Amino acid sequence: MNGRRKPTEEPAWVRRLLIGFALVFLTFFLFIPLATVFVEAFKKGVEVYWAAIVEPDALAAVKLTLIAAVISVPLNLVFGIAAAWCIAKFDFRGKNVLLTLIDLPFSVSPVIAGLIYVLVFGLQGWFGEWLRDNDLKVIFAVPGIVLATVFVTFPFVARELIPLMQAQGIEQEEAARVLGAGGWQIFWRVTLPNVKWALLYGVILCNARAMGEFGAVSVVSGHIRGQTNTMPLHIEILYNEYQFAAAFAVASLLALLALVTLVLKYAVEQRVKASMKVQHEH
Amino acid sequence: MLLSRTLLRRHSVLPGFDLALGFAVLYVSLLVLVPLSAAFFKTFTLTWQQFVDATTSPRVMASYRLTFGASLLAALLNAIAGLAVAWVLVRYRFPGQRIIDALVDLPFALPTAVAGIALTAIYAKNGWIGQWLPFKVSFTPIGVWVALVFIGLPFVVRTVQPVLEDVNRELEEAAATLGADRWVTFRRVIFPIVMPALLTGFALAFARALGEYGSVIFIAGNMPMVSEITPLLIITKLEQYDYAGATAIAVVMLLISFVLLLVINALQAWARKRQGGV
Repeated sequence: MNGRRKPTEEPAWVRRLLIGFALVFLTFFLFIPLATVFVEAFKKGVEVYWAAIVEPDALAAVKLTLIAAVISVPLNLVFGIAAAWCIAKFDFRGKNVLLTLIDLPFSVSPVIAGLIYVLVFGLQGWFGEWLRDNDLKVIFAVPGIVLATVFVTFPFVARELIPLMQAQGIEQEEAARVLGAGGWQIFWRVTLPNVKWALLYGVILCNARAMGEFGAVSVVSGHIRGQTNTMPLHIEILYNEYQFAAAFAVASLLALLALVTLVLKYAVEQRVKASMKVQHEH
Repeated sequence: MLLSRTLLRRHSVLPGFDLALGFAVLYVSLLVLVPLSAAFFKTFTLTWQQFVDATTSPRVMASYRLTFGASLLAALLNAIAGLAVAWVLVRYRFPGQRIIDALVDLPFALPTAVAGIALTAIYAKNGWIGQWLPFKVSFTPIGVWVALVFIGLPFVVRTVQPVLEDVNRELEEAAATLGADRWVTFRRVIFPIVMPALLTGFALAFARALGEYGSVIFIAGNMPMVSEITPLLIITKLEQYDYAGATAIAVVMLLISFVLLLVINALQAWARKRQGGV
């Protein structure tokens, strides 16, 4: 353009300055922290790294993290579909209340999420005595960890499904109904195929949070090594014992999970955008 | 059948309303409403004076000051830098852009404990960045701020980005024809369009920062009166079996979260209206 810029573009020096500022900010607060996890994990060599991961307490933590995710993600998946079905496909009184309640875990501190379950199921709590008399344990045991995880992750699937299903409207379902399809048939053949990518997207986010939750789980776990420690809690213990290489080794597994999550998220996002567009053109 | 008859505003031929709503409401009640109400009931076991003492003691007040101050400053930097990042990602082309775009969500995906130990290591006195700084970051209130900037980073970028993508470029051309330079066009045309989204992102980052625990406790040093955040204080009280005291502070934080939630909802409604209008 002969060195002359369009009047709707910034001068080159402004562009460079802005890009530079954004990159410096992201480098200090994002890229270096991410790189550090892997550098610190391998600082003392591959053997130390490997030993930290195959150590029994670490494996127990991995197992517990997987258990918490395997239970909470499907539960929240079913809830997300149910909530999205009534919110997106029907017009009813109290819809906004339900919507606000779904958002609640996003704005409640994870520490408070853990605390409220202690108040219900802890020894001094509502069901404390009854649980003790029946030899059941919720707090400082696996059920409490699962409950806390379900709480902090329950908006994810619903939040992804609701806007898409609202945008899609109900014409297709109504047509299926008129043609004689039953409720489940409509759901499996019409609704689900239309939202499958958004659903997957929600599940990916839900899973990432379920495996990484720290605050809420920390309150209800009791930190019993090999029994009620999830991976993030195990990292905390190792770190507080100055076993930095081991802490970062376990952390690198979770960082890897985060990166995989981002890649999947990016891929699925493109699909969701595409399905939104198709919906728009119809 | 009962639910559909009393709640539905319009008759629908689609089935499944009762089942879906019944399940959703039951699930939310059991998981959220009942446990949350336990917090309020527990607080009622305190007298008003006890409640006030528990929530306004000097140590608690110091934790509020730190939590709110650091959250506000972190959300502020995120608003400024987030706007710049969103702008750069939408308007310019440069190498590595798509990877950077995808990585912006890292704080959402990376467990807070991992972020916490990584930031502590970097900003410690012998860390990659810490060794070049003339002041201490890890184990001071500045460290708290650093952690809160990290976890709030995606909010502003992700709320502003779609709005910026939708800005009608013809408006900018019109502004240019009328003699406005880029700065004036930005201030008078573009900024008013993205402002509701920017405020929403700011409020979301602020709300998230207030409750944050995992990434902060590693880097904060957790000195009472100096670098102890409110969520940590709740845990400390719990560990001393002071359940009522812990819950009282939690209720204060909960009420603030509810207010913020309402503000965010209002901001989002405003943003949607603005976006629809342009």
